Formats: sequence, structure tokens, C-alpha cells
Amino acid sequence: MRILVLVVNRMVWFIPTLLGLLAIVFFISHVIPADPAAFAAGENASAATIAEMRQRLGLDQPMHIQFLRYVMSIFTGDMGNSIYTGRPVVEDLLSRLPATLELTLVTVVVSTLVGVPLGVIAALRRNSWVDHALRLITIAGLAIASFWFAILLQLLFSMRLGWTPLTGRVEGWGPEPITGFYLIDSLINQDMTTLVDALHHLVLPVATLAVPAAATIVRFTRAGVLNALESSYVLYETAMGYPRWQIVWKYVLRNALIGTVTQIGLIFGILLAGAVVVEAVFDWPGLGMFAVNSILNSDYNAVMGFTLIAGTMFIVVNLLVDILQGLIDPRETR
Amino acid sequence: MDADLITVRDLRVSFASDAGIARVLDGVQCGIRAGEIRGLVGESGCGKTTLARAILGILPRNAARIDSGTVMFGGRNLLDLPEDRLAAEVRGREIAYIPQDPSTAFNPVFTIGTQIADLMRWKSPLARAANPPSGRARREADLARVIELLRLVQLPNPEALLRKYPHEVSGGQRQRLMIAMALLPEPKLVIADEPTTALDVTVQAQILKLLKQLARERNVAVLFTTHDLGAAYEICDRITVMYAGQEVEEAPVSEFFDRPSHPYTRKLLDSLPSAETGLRGIPGEIPRLIDPPAGCRFNPRCERASDLCRTDRPPPEPVSPGHMVRCHHRLTEFSA
Ligand SMILES: Nc1ncnc2c1ncn2[C@@H]1O[C@H](COP(=O)(O)OP(=O)(O)OP(=O)(O)O)[C@@H](O)[C@H]1O
Ligand code: SF4
Ligand SMILES: [Mg+2]
Repeated sequence: MRILVLVVNRMVWFIPTLLGLLAIVFFISHVIPADPAAFAAGENASAATIAEMRQRLGLDQPMHIQFLRYVMSIFTGDMGNSIYTGRPVVEDLLSRLPATLELTLVTVVVSTLVGVPLGVIAALRRNSWVDHALRLITIAGLAIASFWFAILLQLLFSMRLGWTPLTGRVEGWGPEPITGFYLIDSLINQDMTTLVDALHHLVLPVATLAVPAAATIVRFTRAGVLNALESSYVLYETAMGYPRWQIVWKYVLRNALIGTVTQIGLIFGILLAGAVVVEAVFDWPGLGMFAVNSILNSDYNAVMGFTLIAGTMFIVVNLLVDILQGLIDPRETR
Repeated sequence: MDADLITVRDLRVSFASDAGIARVLDGVQCGIRAGEIRGLVGESGCGKTTLARAILGILPRNAARIDSGTVMFGGRNLLDLPEDRLAAEVRGREIAYIPQDPSTAFNPVFTIGTQIADLMRWKSPLARAANPPSGRARREADLARVIELLRLVQLPNPEALLRKYPHEVSGGQRQRLMIAMALLPEPKLVIADEPTTALDVTVQAQILKLLKQLARERNVAVLFTTHDLGAAYEICDRITVMYAGQEVEEAPVSEFFDRPSHPYTRKLLDSLPSAETGLRGIPGEIPRLIDPPAGCRFNPRCERASDLCRTDRPPPEPVSPGHMVRCHHRLTEFSA
């Protein structure tokens, strides 16, 4: 029941949060000394053409009017056109969203599957060589610069060993687009060759993103497990002779995951930021690349659109995290 | 005393800390008979919990060390038993445990029903039957036993209770649940470490009465640690007094209160009128266990102490059947 309250509560804050986010990005991007009208009018445009363009784009209006107009149009599903591609920003974003989502979701799954068991093992073997080795690796994993690491992976696995493709999502065209998620689409089309190929292409970008993500998960799971192992309920369960494996992998883990799940929400935000870099290195046609190009081109509408969609994703993911947490921890919801 | 269910002999346990090695149990002897309710009393820090945990084999592994001793139970020395066999054969099966604070002993993120179901999965007496029912039949039979026992510990609406989470029931109810869980496996001994300290004063008496009644009906022995001599008087058959890691006197409850033979027991009883403050009304300080006095550890606070007391720990001497005291200059009816 309280889950519902929680969802409604989040929904109430959803719009104001997004508006705040938009306002910040809007005003920041408008104090940047670049003239999108000049850019849109073309290289050799006269002052008159630029002025006309400025008027057409509404850039001659006061800033708050511009902002209001922009917000109004968003409610009709219109984010304006990209100054650079000339296409509606909504279309551009939606066509790139699945590539980024596929990358980040696979990364979250992989880093959770790797990070949680390693975190438990590090806690159980506290201060053993396993624990020390994991600590070293996780610190390195968090400190590493992802563009550098991505290039290193490419050099080793793509160039030297030739095990993985260098860039892109698939060879050639990719599966018949249905959802835009290549893994799902190739499954729907029962196209195993493409599925394998898409997985193959995911390996390096996912590895790049998953290393810091898994490192975070290892550290939080370890801390959570250690904390739980010292609790009175573990003492009680031990005293009553519950088997050790059940105490650890059922009773302790569920408690430890409460902290880990919170982290996964934050990790998702880091992944979105990381995707900008990783997509550039791996030539991954997702939102990250789109954002980079938009910023370089002073493409206001596109930048705003990206902000909006990234913010929305972040809020949705954190809502999911809250719900998940409510399911794991009954004290939150009952 | 050959009918002992469990016999602790010469048990020495020490704790390592930054300040040094604390010798927390110093040659403890203690036998508990089948079906008897035994009180273990003494000031805070005298080693009651340590003794209870040593019997169960759940001393903190990194800090505690067992230096010597045996805990004989069912013909074997529990201190020699490997961890996995202790967990499978002894804990929660022959020896059950009731914790001090029932609000933290339940796992907060699973329903009470899940936790009891898992207990029954491993510890159900049905599993030990000659030809145990399997699968579903066994689970249903177990559930019926659970419900019956929850009724016996006077918990209203047991079925609904099983679906609740620990934080949704009151402290008194949680401790009733803990009592039920301790009895479900039909153990021979229940170790109850201050089972009512965390509860409301009004609930304490009810819980103790309940524990006593159920243990009696089932012929289950109870080791009941407490600061509260009044509570010990209410429910115990015999009482063991501990002082600074040494047991000093053991007596049937009536003798204990009428004819204490150890100077420390005597002081405990004299401090009783101020029982609200626990057992603190005794002059002198509890010795530091890192550097304890030699001989009888009570000697710095004892008016009767002699040179012998400062070098030799007194051996156990019988006063009357079932009444043992460790004192070189024990109190007699005439000296009191
Ligand atoms: N984990 C530990 N590390 C170091 N010393 C400990 C530890 N646990 C207990 N001790 C020490 O052992 C001694 C006995 O503690 P114990 O908990 O057995 O006493 P107790 O009689 O149960 O006291 P209380 O009535 O307060 O529960 C104390 O001096 C305590 O400081
Ligand atoms: S042995 Fe000595 S010091 Fe200890 S209680 Fe008896 S008289 Fe006192
Ligand atoms: Mg204690």
C-alpha cells in the first residue's frame, strides 16, 4: 500500500524536478557566448539573414519568454527541431535512446551479477588475500579514466588479439527495428547470427562501463554484508543452527542488498554520463554521442532535449530503485 | 550428580583486546540436570553471556579463545565438535537459544512465518522421526505444530502473525515467538540469556511464568541468566552465582536464599532491597579481568579474606546435597 503512496509522491515531484532541471540547462546554455542563429544561417550569411534567422528561431525574445515558449511546446510533445540535423529533436532522441538504454541496462545487469557475489565473498573472506586483491582491483576500477580504459581494451582485444569488433553495434545494418534494442529485436526475429554479433559488439563498451559500476557494487555489498554479519539476528540464526549458507546467501544478503540497490540508482546516473565518453570511443550511435555533437554545435533544442530525457530516465530509475527497495525492505512499506 | 544433562568442566575463555588478554572465564564448573531450571546470576561482566555462548559454540571467533575445559553433552565434548556438526546436530536442536533482545534477533526483512518455516525445515522433530513424512505432508504437519505452539505461548491469531514482519508485532509478542521457536525443535536444554531484560516490567513476569510452565511441561532444562534475583527466585530450581569469571556457589533456590554460604552471595542478598538498581549495591569494584587477583577473585572485596584466599582458588565443597560452595572460609549458620 505504501508503495503506491511512494509512487504518487514521486510523481508529484516529477514535473517540478524536470522543470528545474530544464531551467538550469536553459539558462546556462543561453549565457554561453555562441550564436546559434549565426550557425543555423550558414557560414557566409549576411547580418540581415542572421537577424531574420534569429527572429524565426525566437531568439530575439527575452530569455524568460523563450523559456516559457519552450516549456509550453514540450507539453505538446514538441521539442523543436535540431538546428543541426533539421529534424525534430524528439525523433532524433527516440531513435538513439534504445542504443544507450541497451548499453546501460546490460551494464547494470552484468555489474550486479559480478559485483554482488564478489562483494559477499570479500566480506566472508575479510582480510584474506582475496579481500585485499578485490580491494585493489575495485579502487583501480573506480580511479581508472574510462576513455583511456576503453582505448586500452580496443588496442588489446580488437587490434592485437582480434577477439572483439572495434566499434559499432553490429556488422552491417542490424536487425529489423521493432524496439530498437538489438538484442530483443534479433530474438524476436529469431536471428541468432545477429544476436551473437550484437553481443559481441557489446563486450568492450559494457566492460568499460561495468568496471567502475561493479567496483562500486562490490564495495557497497561488502560493507552491507559485514554489517549484517555482525547483527543480532545473525547471532540468533547461528545459535539456532540455521545452516551457514542459508544465513549468508538468504538472510544476510537480502539485508545487504538494501544498500546496494540504492547505489545502483546512483550508478545509473554515472553510466549515463560515462556513456557520453564510451559512445564516442566505440562509435556507438546513442544519446551520448548525440549530446556531444549537440553541445559542440550549440544545438540548443537538442541539448535541452537530451537533458530532459536524461533527467527523466534518472528520475524513473530512482523511482524503480525506491520500489525495489520497498519490496526488499518491508520496514519501508509496511 | 551423574544425572547431569550437560557438564561444563574447568572452562577457561579469554578475550583478546587492545588492552591485553582478559581471562573472562576462569575454570568454570557447572552441571545442569535434565528438566531443571537453572539461574545463572552475577554482576554485569561476570561472564554469564560468555558461558552461554561457549556452550553453544558461538563466541566471537576473532576475539575469543577457549583455553581449556570440556562441555560434555550427550556423551560428547561439544568443544571438540566441528562447526558444521554443531550447527546441524546441536544448535537449535538439542540446545535452543532465547536471546536477550527479541526486537533485534528477528531478521527484519523476512516475515516471521519465513523464519519459523526455515527453522522447522532444519530443526523439526518430525525430521528425526523413525519414518519421517516427506515434502508437503511434513510441511503441513510442521505448520500445525507451529500454530499449536503459538497458541500455547498465548499469541492471538497465529496464522495472521506468521504473515507479519517482526517490526509489526510488539516486544512481548516477539519474545513469546522466541520462546515458541526455542521449544519447537523439542530441545533438551534452552539457554535463555536475560530473556526479559529488554521488555517492559509489566510483561517480564508473564514471559517468565510462561517459560517456566512450558519448560516444566516438556521436561526441558533451562539455563537462565539474569541480574534479577527476584526473577531467579520465581522460576529457578537451582541458582549458580558467578563472580568475575568464577562460579562461587551453586544451591537449590530455597537454600540459596535461606542459607547462603559464600560471602559474595551473602552480599548479593543483602543488597536486594535496592534491587531496582540491579546488583550494584556492593562495596568495592569488579576486578579487571586483564589482570585479575590470584586465588579467589573476590578477595579484594572480601572481609574474610586470608593469605590462602590470595593464592589458591578454593575447591568446590558440598554444603548439603545439591549445594556447593567455593570458599576457604565459608559462612555457616553460626557465623552468619
Ligand atoms: N567481544 C568481546 N571482546 C572483548 N571482551 C569481551 C567481549 N565480549 C565480552 N567481553 C568481556 O567479557 C567479560 C564478560 O562479558 P559477558 O558479556 O559474558 O558478561 P555478562 O555477565 O553477560 O554481563 P551482562 O550482565 O552485562 O550481560 C566482560 O568483561 C566483557 O568486557
Ligand atoms: S575464598 Fe576467601 S576471599 Fe574468597 S570469598 Fe571465601 S573468604 Fe572471601
Ligand atoms: Mg550478558
